[in-house]
Amino acid sequence: MADFLLEIGLEEVPARMIAGAEAELGKRVGDLLRRERLVGAEGKVATYSTPRRLAVLAEGVLAKQADTEEQLTGPSWKVAFKDGAPTAAAQAFAKKAGIAVADLKKVETPKGEYVGATVKRAGRTATEILAAELPKEVLAIYWAKNMYWRAGKPERFVRPVRWVVAMLDSSVVPLEIAGIAAGNASRGHRVLYGEKPVEIDVAKNYVEALRADGVVADVTERRQMIRKALDAATRTVAGARWREDAALLETVVHLTEWPTVVLGGFEPEYLELPEEVLVTVMRDHQKYFAVEDASGKLAPHFLAVLNTQADEEGAAIIRHGNARVLRARFKDARFFWDVDQKTPLAERVESLKHVTFQKELGSYAWKTEQNLAVANALATTLGGAEVAFDEAALFKAVELAKTDLTTELVKEFTELQGVIGGLYARAQGLGERVALAIYEQYTPASIEEEIPVSVEGQLLGLADRIQTIVAMFGIGNAPTGSKDPFALRRAANAIVKILAESGLPLTLGDLLNAPSPGDSPKAQVKEFFRERLHFYLKDVRGFAYDVVNAVLAANADDVRDAIARAEALTAVRGSDDFVAVSAAFKRIKNILRQAEEKGYQPAQPKLGQAALEAIDLWQRTKELAPQVDKLREQRAYGEALALIATLRPTVDTFFDKVMVLDPDEKVRGAHLALIDEVLRNFSGIADFSEIVTA
Amino acid sequence: MSAAQSAPRVKPSSLTFQELLFRLQGFWAERGCVLQQPYDVEVGAGTMCPETFLRVLGPKPYRVGYAQPSRRPADGRYGENPNRLFKHTQFQLILKPPPKNVQELYLESLEAMGIDLKRHDLKFEEDNWEWPAGGAWGVGWQVMLDGLEITQFTYFQQCGGVDLDPICAELTYGMERIAAFLQDVDSIYDIVWARDPHTDGSGTGAAVTYGDVRLAEELQFSVYNFEMADVPRLWEHFNSYEAEAKELLERFENIGVAETAYGGDFDVARKKRRFPLLATYELALKCSNLFNLLDARGAISVTERVGVIGRIRALAVGVAKAWAEQQGAASSS
Repeated sequence: MADFLLEIGLEEVPARMIAGAEAELGKRVGDLLRRERLVGAEGKVATYSTPRRLAVLAEGVLAKQADTEEQLTGPSWKVAFKDGAPTAAAQAFAKKAGIAVADLKKVETPKGEYVGATVKRAGRTATEILAAELPKEVLAIYWAKNMYWRAGKPERFVRPVRWVVAMLDSSVVPLEIAGIAAGNASRGHRVLYGEKPVEIDVAKNYVEALRADGVVADVTERRQMIRKALDAATRTVAGARWREDAALLETVVHLTEWPTVVLGGFEPEYLELPEEVLVTVMRDHQKYFAVEDASGKLAPHFLAVLNTQADEEGAAIIRHGNARVLRARFKDARFFWDVDQKTPLAERVESLKHVTFQKELGSYAWKTEQNLAVANALATTLGGAEVAFDEAALFKAVELAKTDLTTELVKEFTELQGVIGGLYARAQGLGERVALAIYEQYTPASIEEEIPVSVEGQLLGLADRIQTIVAMFGIGNAPTGSKDPFALRRAANAIVKILAESGLPLTLGDLLNAPSPGDSPKAQVKEFFRERLHFYLKDVRGFAYDVVNAVLAANADDVRDAIARAEALTAVRGSDDFVAVSAAFKRIKNILRQAEEKGYQPAQPKLGQAALEAIDLWQRTKELAPQVDKLREQRAYGEALALIATLRPTVDTFFDKVMVLDPDEKVRGAHLALIDEVLRNFSGIADFSEIVTA
Repeated sequence: MSAAQSAPRVKPSSLTFQELLFRLQGFWAERGCVLQQPYDVEVGAGTMCPETFLRVLGPKPYRVGYAQPSRRPADGRYGENPNRLFKHTQFQLILKPPPKNVQELYLESLEAMGIDLKRHDLKFEEDNWEWPAGGAWGVGWQVMLDGLEITQFTYFQQCGGVDLDPICAELTYGMERIAAFLQDVDSIYDIVWARDPHTDGSGTGAAVTYGDVRLAEELQFSVYNFEMADVPRLWEHFNSYEAEAKELLERFENIGVAETAYGGDFDVARKKRRFPLLATYELALKCSNLFNLLDARGAISVTERVGVIGRIRALAVGVAKAWAEQQGAASSS
């Protein structure tokens, strides 16, 4: 058994795409080897990547597939041989099986005597299979954006393929990918090693061979190297620590082959700029880690992750160069900040007319008016409720929420919209509530992020997003499949999350009714939110899918209530009684469906005609229903469900003893009316028939 | 004491702005590139010059480099911002088709400018380029040197709405940035543009700075672009250039429509070959620059904006398509 190494040498692959491609290549190679019976189920496949390469090392690869033997059955013996001589049928079968007529044999089957053939197939070699199959697998890797590079445009890939290494132990597998013949020559680090080839002697030495030439191929190892280097560089500043940033760490892991770190500094005067601006410049624009002091405050340092190992003089040059760039950016930011202050937010409302929100809808001035109307409607809905918020601050925040789009700082750092507006509102003395609401309006930007802390911020975020969603659906911009160019799903996820976690007594219905409907397809928007709520309950809250289905079938309007019901349902779901009741409800639904298909009508039950067991169920339902209703109104869902579970013996006996679809029309009608009543009385919390019982 | 203060001073390069350009031009000339002079019509980027925009179309291999002053009226800062310019210098290089070692050649070109890569940190970071009004896009990188973007490296995939085959590599060096970086000055205006080698014989003679050469231009054009450019006249110019370009494109399309009956194919091919598409393209470039000026004047409303870009695109794409056809006509006759 051998080790198989495949390395695709590329020009620098975008950092964001590497992890996915590395995993996909590993899976494709592993699947191919298993499919072709070249590895056992336990065959290990390790994957590697750097910006310039994707690699797979598979252990325990057989040199060749095992030979196989297959028994084929052909025509009946009588047809195949007339008087001992082979007929055309025999010849055709022998040809199909690939053997001589003389090698055909007689096989006994229950249906009589037939012609049989034993076909032996020699296993193909690993080399042969890999050479034929691997190029297709590699070129099928998914890339978010790819390109042509060769004349005639024979293939597309993320970036040009520059070399290929394919080896079984020490021998090259002769395959060709994108016009490049595989060999045993890889490349080292561009600068630390140069462009001369790195010969790999044996596949399993791949990682070590590259390490010697300035490339750490293992992603986990590089991540560790960077963390350690960040620690070490930060230790040179007393009491300092670097700010964790998982996304940034992943980016720099995929931007480097040989990572090292330098610590640089900037003039402390720039710390007067808001931390949000400083961190954005460092993280998003320069890919630097920020440094903070023991109290968590930003320190005037940065950490740059390099893709090289420079000598002392080189490190000084690199530190100096990075600091220079950072200083220029900070200087710009301070300049923009100062310029922006000359025109307060309040004076920018007018200029929103010149900023497009959406071509078919209007400008941000239009958007602001719409948001104000929505915020007004929401505030009115909340009027009677005991929610403490400052209505005037909310409306002020809505009015000014988008004005930061006209500031120089937001034009420079678009990712800081909202945040900048909030900071300016604070600096311009508009009040903390107004400032905070503007600041938080785009949170949560992802489902992991926290919701706004201020009620005004929550309401502004809700109003802005629901207005956008309803208006976008109205002009046919609803998301379809994987396409969601206006990030409406994300907006709806944020709405659901805010409703779930804020404690605001608002339902999805309250929100949907707040914006001017325009041409918005209401049912479609409602269904869209139902899907988002389903996603939230299942994928964010982790409820089982059948629980979510059951809960949403009963009601998908009140988010917090849906969560409470899902929790209660999850708690009782394991109990035998509850499972039995759920099974009974499923049965009821099936019977009612059958009855409907057959045109059977429910009828007013006459107790005199009904079986005793049916009367029992009837009485038990009458007795329980009001109690369950009462508990449901009090949102005591756990107790309500416990009560419903007590139906079990009655319901079980009913189904044991009673034939629901009785041949007698009157009896049958009474039964149907009864089970329909049971279903309706007890499905207000959840549709139990959705619960998976087996 | 902060790390910024304690960082050792790094010896700045003594190469002047013009020497950097010489080195770069010399490097690529030695590798078989045509060295063109900058195009003498206002452009926002070196890509828009016919040496790029039209040459990348069609199958003919071509290698060209030129230092193109690129005007972006809205980016002007009256000469007050040390990092921003109305007009900056792009060294633009087209390699069609791209050689396999194009990245290595690029790294060598940096070394030719005196950059010792062993003492710098270099990264190729994803950056895809797009010029919607030109129907052009490509994928590639921004090349980062010690945290500074010094080059845009693009594999052109489409231009003028036409799929390219072969594709080409476009390297755009930001010369002011590179010079300020290598000379270690904080303001572009402090870049040494030229130095008189004769003043004291030491080779460190009287320096002419970037500010000496260009500051007045930055100030005056900022004033013009932001304050004085006459909006109605700009629109007039725009409409007039556009009308002429459209007319020319129509005439090109109509070649052969009436004539084939009696003139014959030879005549059609000849008429196509001599048709002034290059002049038509200049009219389109004029429109593009006027659009940028109108934009800097804040004269283009939201509703107009997309429409005007569409008009420029129609001209640029129209010329590109006609050009491809003209090349075909030229090679077949």
